[in-house]
Amino acid sequence: MSLGRKLLVGLPVLVLLALVAVFFLRLDRGGQPMIPPSALIGKPAPQFDLAGYDAEHPGLSDADLRQGGVTLVNVFASWCAPCIAELPQLKALAEQHGVTIHAIAWKDKPEAMAQVFAEYGNPFRRIGLDNNGRAAIAWGISGVPETFVVRGDGTVVYRHLGDIRPEHIPALLETIKKAQQQ
Amino acid sequence: MVAEIGHFSLWLALAVAVCQVLLPGVGFHKDDERLRAVAVPAAQAQLLLALISFGALTWVFWVSDFSVRVVAENSHTLKPALYKITGVWANHEGSMLLWVTILALAGWAVATFGRSLNERLRTRVLSVQALIGIGFYVFLLVASNPFERLLPAPGEGNGLNPLLQDPGLAFHPPMLYLGYVGLSVTFSFAVAALLENQVNPEWARRMRPWVLAAWAALTGGLALGSWWAYYELGWGGWWFWDPVENAALMPWLAATALLHSTLVLEKRDALRNWTVLLAVLAFSLSMLGTFIVRSGLLTSVHSFAVDPERGIFILVLLALYIGGALTLYAWRAGTVEAGATFAATSREGSLVINNLLLAAILGTVFLGTLYPMALEAVAGEKISVGAPYFNATFRPLMVPVAALMAVGPFLPWRKAAGGRRVARRLALPALLALLSALTVYAFADTRGAWALLGVGLAVWLAASIFADIARQVRLGHGGPRLVWGRLIRQPRAMFGMWLAHLGVAVSIFGATASGAWESEVMTTVEPGQPVSVGPYTFTLDSIMPVAGPNYTAIEGRFDVRKDDNLVVSVRPQSRTYTEPPMETTEAGIAPLWAGDIYAVLGKPDGQGRWQVRLHWKPFMPWVWYGAALMMLGGAVSMLDRRRSRVALMQPHQLAAEAAEQKLPLAAE
Repeated sequence: MSLGRKLLVGLPVLVLLALVAVFFLRLDRGGQPMIPPSALIGKPAPQFDLAGYDAEHPGLSDADLRQGGVTLVNVFASWCAPCIAELPQLKALAEQHGVTIHAIAWKDKPEAMAQVFAEYGNPFRRIGLDNNGRAAIAWGISGVPETFVVRGDGTVVYRHLGDIRPEHIPALLETIKKAQQQ
Repeated sequence: MVAEIGHFSLWLALAVAVCQVLLPGVGFHKDDERLRAVAVPAAQAQLLLALISFGALTWVFWVSDFSVRVVAENSHTLKPALYKITGVWANHEGSMLLWVTILALAGWAVATFGRSLNERLRTRVLSVQALIGIGFYVFLLVASNPFERLLPAPGEGNGLNPLLQDPGLAFHPPMLYLGYVGLSVTFSFAVAALLENQVNPEWARRMRPWVLAAWAALTGGLALGSWWAYYELGWGGWWFWDPVENAALMPWLAATALLHSTLVLEKRDALRNWTVLLAVLAFSLSMLGTFIVRSGLLTSVHSFAVDPERGIFILVLLALYIGGALTLYAWRAGTVEAGATFAATSREGSLVINNLLLAAILGTVFLGTLYPMALEAVAGEKISVGAPYFNATFRPLMVPVAALMAVGPFLPWRKAAGGRRVARRLALPALLALLSALTVYAFADTRGAWALLGVGLAVWLAASIFADIARQVRLGHGGPRLVWGRLIRQPRAMFGMWLAHLGVAVSIFGATASGAWESEVMTTVEPGQPVSVGPYTFTLDSIMPVAGPNYTAIEGRFDVRKDDNLVVSVRPQSRTYTEPPMETTEAGIAPLWAGDIYAVLGKPDGQGRWQVRLHWKPFMPWVWYGAALMMLGGAVSMLDRRRSRVALMQPHQLAAEAAEQKLPLAAE
């Protein structure tokens, strides 16, 4: 077999090796799904105004995100298991690190939410009820849960897809710290 | 208890698969035929165990046993019975179980129907089949166990994604998997042939029915998938060049090329290395498709069960299997003897060009699907390729493919074609194609070059098929009874080719016409207000709420009239599911012979008016009629019994017979 022919029959293996390397690199980076970064990053939070959950947790609007402090906006639903799974992490952020967290309750019922909060705690400052899903559309979410970091002037700086797990906390705190300094 | 039986069967199936690899392996080493013979009963036992396991999962879904995690996560007591069953494979774990069950089915089929196969080759095929099985059983048991229990069991399940609660999607995965996994057989055939050094016409002949079966199923799977996207997603299109769609298109392209190259190998003993490589590639692309959809590497409207850890697992399987096969290929390709030579303008020549073009199309789809991902992994840059890229590369390559399909069957095997004779035979189809393009140019509103080209090509191809039939039955020589007698004596493979190629012509016409002459109106209407769309007038007659088993919906009734005569009524819905909460659009579609009436109901504007999207899509269903013809062609060709006689003849006999035109060597 000539050298050229050897190279030719070996080519498929080489292509495969390159492909596997690329896939591995991609998966190794924490495997965040390849959703394009939100179009909101670097832009002001979209306009919205939602009714509140109860007296202690009044409604949420974009004006509430321009009060000078960094806030997290968590899109939440009591029927979504990962949302419940991330509650302890949110609680730790609120109680141990003093982060202000607001919720957009997506197509949820207050009774169902009350049950979840009674059992797992309620880390939210404000809760806006997004009954028709309009606010979720305005924020461009692709599913619950999603969490946004919003700067004190109302600019969205970061989007976290899926549930926040303990291992995400350090990076998230870092992002919040940076947002505070800006 | 039932779940444990299913789980246990899966472990047993794994054990049997290990025996199916090891014992024949020892048998080959010691040249002991009895040990090698274990492969056949092992393959049969594997199917039985896989079926028990699949049956067990179906049962726990049927009785809504929420102590099983996948049931709790994907089912609901209110779910209609059909979707309780299809819910079995509408999730990651269940669909992987379906995958291995079909893999076991394929192994069983080779063991049971492959008796005419050379004993050593069949044993090798079964061993490779079991080796693939081992990887996927381990993946299921270790990383995606469908029988995992959930304690305490919840009282109610999460429900199934409403987009998946649809007959089109319910049957799309099994069909697609039959194609995907069916290609595992050709992969095993390729590896077995390399191991046994038996890449020859006999091998190609034995493999061909499997290629046909997998190709037909894959065609059906793709058609069902695009049909589902068309009527369920309600965006009015049918193909989006979405990565998940491409993941299924790529093995189809490879299988189509393989279908034609096995023919060359079978009839003319040429393209040996290329055919083996295609057989390996087709299944490799199936596995790649599975990997892409399940690893979370790509996001799309269809992808579900995203989990990077599972991605790594499948990636390792992928690297081992494809890498192993390709290394074997690289190592053994040199020992495969070069086949026969032929003239460039012969039938083989046309099939080689067909293969090159299909490979080029495959290459562009591959690049467009994977390049964005590679770029992100290497440079951290995110880009989206999208439809413009694919339209710009796919269509120009499809034109020569379709044009050549019409010419190929008229060319003789091995020797160069008598150019003038072929041209004379194709003159009438060419004239018809030109006339139809001119008619379109003169009378239709759209004069885009692609529309003219598409219609011309479809007519050219269809007319050439009828010209080929006329030639084969020697129309005009003898009375109708004589001609009819010649027609029904044609080999089934011949009918298969005619049907499949006609299907391509029909699909090309449907895709071209629906795109070029579609009328679309987006507006807001109040009940009673007519809107004209193409040749039709839509009137929103009523809006009323309706309740389904697990959703509520607003249903609009549109009366569609043509010249004041009521043609049909369509009832689009805007549905709201509660478990999980989600809004979906059910387009109201009335398929007419000449096209589809398609209506989508949007939101009310608060003043008694409704947003609506109304389409008239001429010849739209022809895309799927064409796919159905292709499938039928594959099935008919698969059942050909006369192939064996032809293939058993010596090449010089073949050439002699072909020269005398006694034997329809032009078959297929």
